[in-house]
Amino acid sequence: MTTSPPAPAPAPPVIDDVRPAGPLDRVQRLLHSQATLGPAAVLIVAVTVFAVISPGFLGPTNISLILQQTAVIGTLALGQTLIILTAGIDLSVGSIMVLCSMVMGRLSADLGLPGPLALLAGLVCGTACGLFNGLLVTRVKLPPFIVTLGSLNIFFALNLWISRSETVRGVDMSPVLLWTGRVLEIGGARVTYGSLLMLALLGVLVYALHATRWGRHVYAVGDDREAARLSGIRTDRVLLGVYAAAGLVYAVGAWILIGRIASASPQAGMMDNLDSITAVVLGGTSLFGGRGMIVGTVMGALIVGVCRNGLSLAGVDVLWQNFAVGVLVILAVSLDQWIRKARR
Amino acid sequence: MNQTTSAEDTVSEQAPAAPREPVLQACGLVKRYGRVTALAGADLELYPGEILAVIGDNGAGKSSLIKALSGALVPDEGEILVDGVPTRLPTPIAAREAGIETVHQSLAVSPSLDIAANLFLGREPRRPGILGSVFRMLDRPRMRAEAARHLDDLGIMTIQNPNQAVETLSGGQRQAVAVARAAAFGNKVVIMDEPTAALGVRESRAVLDLVLRVRDNGLPVILISHNMPHVFEVADRVHVQRLGRRAAVLDPAGCSMSDAVAVMTGALDPAELPREAHAPGSVG
Repeated sequence: MTTSPPAPAPAPPVIDDVRPAGPLDRVQRLLHSQATLGPAAVLIVAVTVFAVISPGFLGPTNISLILQQTAVIGTLALGQTLIILTAGIDLSVGSIMVLCSMVMGRLSADLGLPGPLALLAGLVCGTACGLFNGLLVTRVKLPPFIVTLGSLNIFFALNLWISRSETVRGVDMSPVLLWTGRVLEIGGARVTYGSLLMLALLGVLVYALHATRWGRHVYAVGDDREAARLSGIRTDRVLLGVYAAAGLVYAVGAWILIGRIASASPQAGMMDNLDSITAVVLGGTSLFGGRGMIVGTVMGALIVGVCRNGLSLAGVDVLWQNFAVGVLVILAVSLDQWIRKARR
Repeated sequence: MNQTTSAEDTVSEQAPAAPREPVLQACGLVKRYGRVTALAGADLELYPGEILAVIGDNGAGKSSLIKALSGALVPDEGEILVDGVPTRLPTPIAAREAGIETVHQSLAVSPSLDIAANLFLGREPRRPGILGSVFRMLDRPRMRAEAARHLDDLGIMTIQNPNQAVETLSGGQRQAVAVARAAAFGNKVVIMDEPTAALGVRESRAVLDLVLRVRDNGLPVILISHNMPHVFEVADRVHVQRLGRRAAVLDPAGCSMSDAVAVMTGALDPAELPREAHAPGSVG
């Protein structure tokens, strides 16, 4: 027998390929693995800059103002985060919130329903609105963008119909609905119950997303829906749950809104649609789904709040505030695109 | 219908014994898409302890057959028997509950989740006691420990740690994770769809070793592949799919790759092949 060429050495079962990493690669990978690092850095920089520019910025009054302003957007953004994590988008946030606040306000003021019942009705209304979106997304298989673009108008029209385009004054409402606007003094700092409610909601959602099966599945569905389905996840049920939960969160936002403006106004919160998406994106959650931390969202909402507040303290025109927020969003999405390339 | 199987269930040396009862059997599966017939009465038998390769040209109904077995497609006619019992597999979940695990060509892994999370994706264990029942808390320590054990069982502990995100892994490593998941949960059959298609030479080698190891650990494997050398290297029997039905079941030890390709393309009538080319027990 002739000698055959030496057999190739058996390769280890699985091969590692390690690519040398430059400093930029390391930053990219770090941001990739620690999604909240970027927004935290931006927030710190923004706070520092404004503290230097405007002396009153770090005063307790101003800080509590920022927190109040952030509570509504932050809450909406929490719900929005759930949807964006599944690679969806919700344009109807503002409409759902306004509709819920009108349901609460009118049931309490006009029908004299007890406060807790009016509140409950508002929360049910928000959940139902979310379910409506979710059913269209999962059963009719429409893209979330189209569904919520449509329901944005539907819910807003319902809101005008229920409110008859009139504001419900705070004095006519049950104090339960205004509770979120009440102030708690914690050592000089004045915090509204609304802000605390937002933080509590954040805690609940962090737990749900990171310590439960449902949270895993939300990420998996957003990451690769087909893969999730083949892994035995009931993707439609997860999506439906996400939309319903988001609707409930928006309704809590409506409650916080009522406390904040001490009334229920059919025109409130119209700018909040895009601001909530801005907060999510600034918070490092990917618009492509499956990646992001809900803690980042609150930081994102704070970044928006801090920038708007700081710029107006510095005497900058509202026009340029919007300009700045726009630039921030584009930068944040570009950064996200770049970070997503760090897959290996 | 279900005859209790004899005590002959132990894995025999190399050659699969013919008269044994199949673990998984498809009888006369038909699937039509409008005027296109993807499956025209397809049969398949998988016996304990074997690797059955399924080969076929594009459009031969290979993937429809596999989808039917993995619950991703419901055939119009015909039936599927698991251990001799007629079983309906309307969803991938139903197939998994019947003990049939599939490694899809797309791998069906979630890149941003870590290895342990991917291994348990869709069936994550909860903490015992009140933490799990009321607070729905995941049992992460258990998932981590079991993931490490499953990876170890298949000798793929070169994957450093189960907390690593799957997107940081190479193609072969991702394949290994998908195979480990199937092997960990499958208790009857593992189906692998083109496991080496996207891999380089060395990684393919590693994955083929993995396929052999899954069989040696006691799970029969259905292997779908376009790669004849890979098929002939690991398969115990080769199912040739053609025009929506089974054309032949060949014995890789008794025929050549070109014979198999000829049967697959229709250039050769399997009846013309010598007796030893056919797998034992199969009718040509």
